[in-house]
Amino acid sequence: MIDRKIKSDFPTLDQKINGKQLVYLDNAATTQKPYTVIEAVDKYYKNTNSNIHRGVHTLSQKATEKYENTRLKIANFINSDSEKEIIFVRGATEAINLVANCYVRPLLNSNDEIIISQMEHHANIVPWQMVCEEKKAKLKILPMNQNGELLVDELENMINKNTKFISMNHVSNSLGTINPIKKIVQLAHKNKIKIMVDGAQAVQHIPVNMKEIGADFYCFSGHKLYAPTGIGVLYGKKELLDEMPPYQGGGDMIKSVTFEKTVYNEVPQKFEAGTPNISGVIALGTAIDYIINIGIENIAKHEDELLKYATKEISKIKGIKIIGNAQNKASVLSFTIEGIHPHDVGTIMDSEGVAIRAGKHCTDPVMDFYCIPATARASFAIYNTKNDVDKFVNSVKKTIEVFG
Amino acid sequence: MSNLDELYLEVIIDHNKNPRNKGELNDFTHEAKGDNPLCGDQISIKLIMKDDKITDVKFTGSGCAISTASASVLTETIKGKSRSEIEKLFGRFQNLVTGTGKEGNLGKLEIFEGVNKYPARVKCATLSWHALIAAIEGKKEASTE
Repeated sequence: MIDRKIKSDFPTLDQKINGKQLVYLDNAATTQKPYTVIEAVDKYYKNTNSNIHRGVHTLSQKATEKYENTRLKIANFINSDSEKEIIFVRGATEAINLVANCYVRPLLNSNDEIIISQMEHHANIVPWQMVCEEKKAKLKILPMNQNGELLVDELENMINKNTKFISMNHVSNSLGTINPIKKIVQLAHKNKIKIMVDGAQAVQHIPVNMKEIGADFYCFSGHKLYAPTGIGVLYGKKELLDEMPPYQGGGDMIKSVTFEKTVYNEVPQKFEAGTPNISGVIALGTAIDYIINIGIENIAKHEDELLKYATKEISKIKGIKIIGNAQNKASVLSFTIEGIHPHDVGTIMDSEGVAIRAGKHCTDPVMDFYCIPATARASFAIYNTKNDVDKFVNSVKKTIEVFG
Repeated sequence: MSNLDELYLEVIIDHNKNPRNKGELNDFTHEAKGDNPLCGDQISIKLIMKDDKITDVKFTGSGCAISTASASVLTETIKGKSRSEIEKLFGRFQNLVTGTGKEGNLGKLEIFEGVNKYPARVKCATLSWHALIAAIEGKKEASTE
């Protein structure tokens, strides 16, 4: 288990909610930030604030250096070939929209097909629906079983000459399933189809290696891995990024502009129009340092122990049903309590200081699949402890008591 | 009593477990569906209106304890009332659950006063009312968003 002292790195966790010590278990929605990340934002605005890529003065050069060093840090963190494959975006949602608009839309014709899965977050459904609607293409859904595991063998039957793109989540935000993404990528490539992987729920939990996974595009959000909101990463293979049109026009994404003709900048700048979220990028780098320092393997092991312990303890309670029982799971525990709506569960647990999520988790089709209106969801992070799990289990018991 | 106990009064838990007037209504004159897209609660209201008075009302759907109990109490409260009486009552009920101004003499509806400590739950308490108003106005759907 990871050292309990980790909690003291996170100021937000040191507070009482409704008179009880906060137990924060809504990490799949967003994680808390360590002091070092908060201080990185503070320091940047106090000492280095300046616009990047264009100033000859010292401050601008310093800001540019920190910004670009983070790009390199991220390339190393996910083991991509080059920092030119790392594009800064607002989050995973923007990354998917970028690929849908700039890579998939130009190659899509009527009757073409895109494949996603049954367990996608709305962010990996709606952008594809939008391009499909515009191009009169078809969105096909790879099904899953009752445990919440994708029926990967079906994928090969679904692929045909009209299949133009596949996009799938690495880890499900509402079920916790870790999908066999390498196998899915291999199947796509065997059929000469490009594939995007939504890693918004993966990078903070398990080692993610671009060379090993082999996906053409991969994305994640900073705020789910201890960095600020409003910053995220799109990874794309350089040769694909090179051939794509820009996402937005503006400053920084150009080499030269006249009223007659504009020459676009190289990647990654081609996709970063306007002044970016400089402090967010720098703080994302600090968050990654924090993760590397603890070790992603250690994090994975710690969270897996918490998940197994929580699953075991909560399963002992009568009326509990766990939604998502995949063999391979990240630290997401979705559940329902017989006769009690998840919304009520969330409110009562909050009165005990335990912050969980209640709702559909932006995965309406998953709820429809299980014929449930919503679930309660606890999700664990590096700072959670066995003691947190005990408090969580007790607050579930209290919820059942209230509803007697 | 703690805030939580005031929210989940025994009478609310009872209405949640044994909702009144839940089911289908034949020969209804008005109907509408209320939808809270954030939490997935859906409450449909069907009613019979004769000479500007509600003579019968029933609801179907699923939701949390607050939205279910609120729909249940609503059906008990509005029978015999006219459109303008219901609109006024809804205004006062909204004041009660949002904690805006002091509202007395609301009868059974007062059990929802505890909601005003939980801003996130106001939409649960008002979902069936939004559906009711939509039904009376001849609309098919109401959304809390």
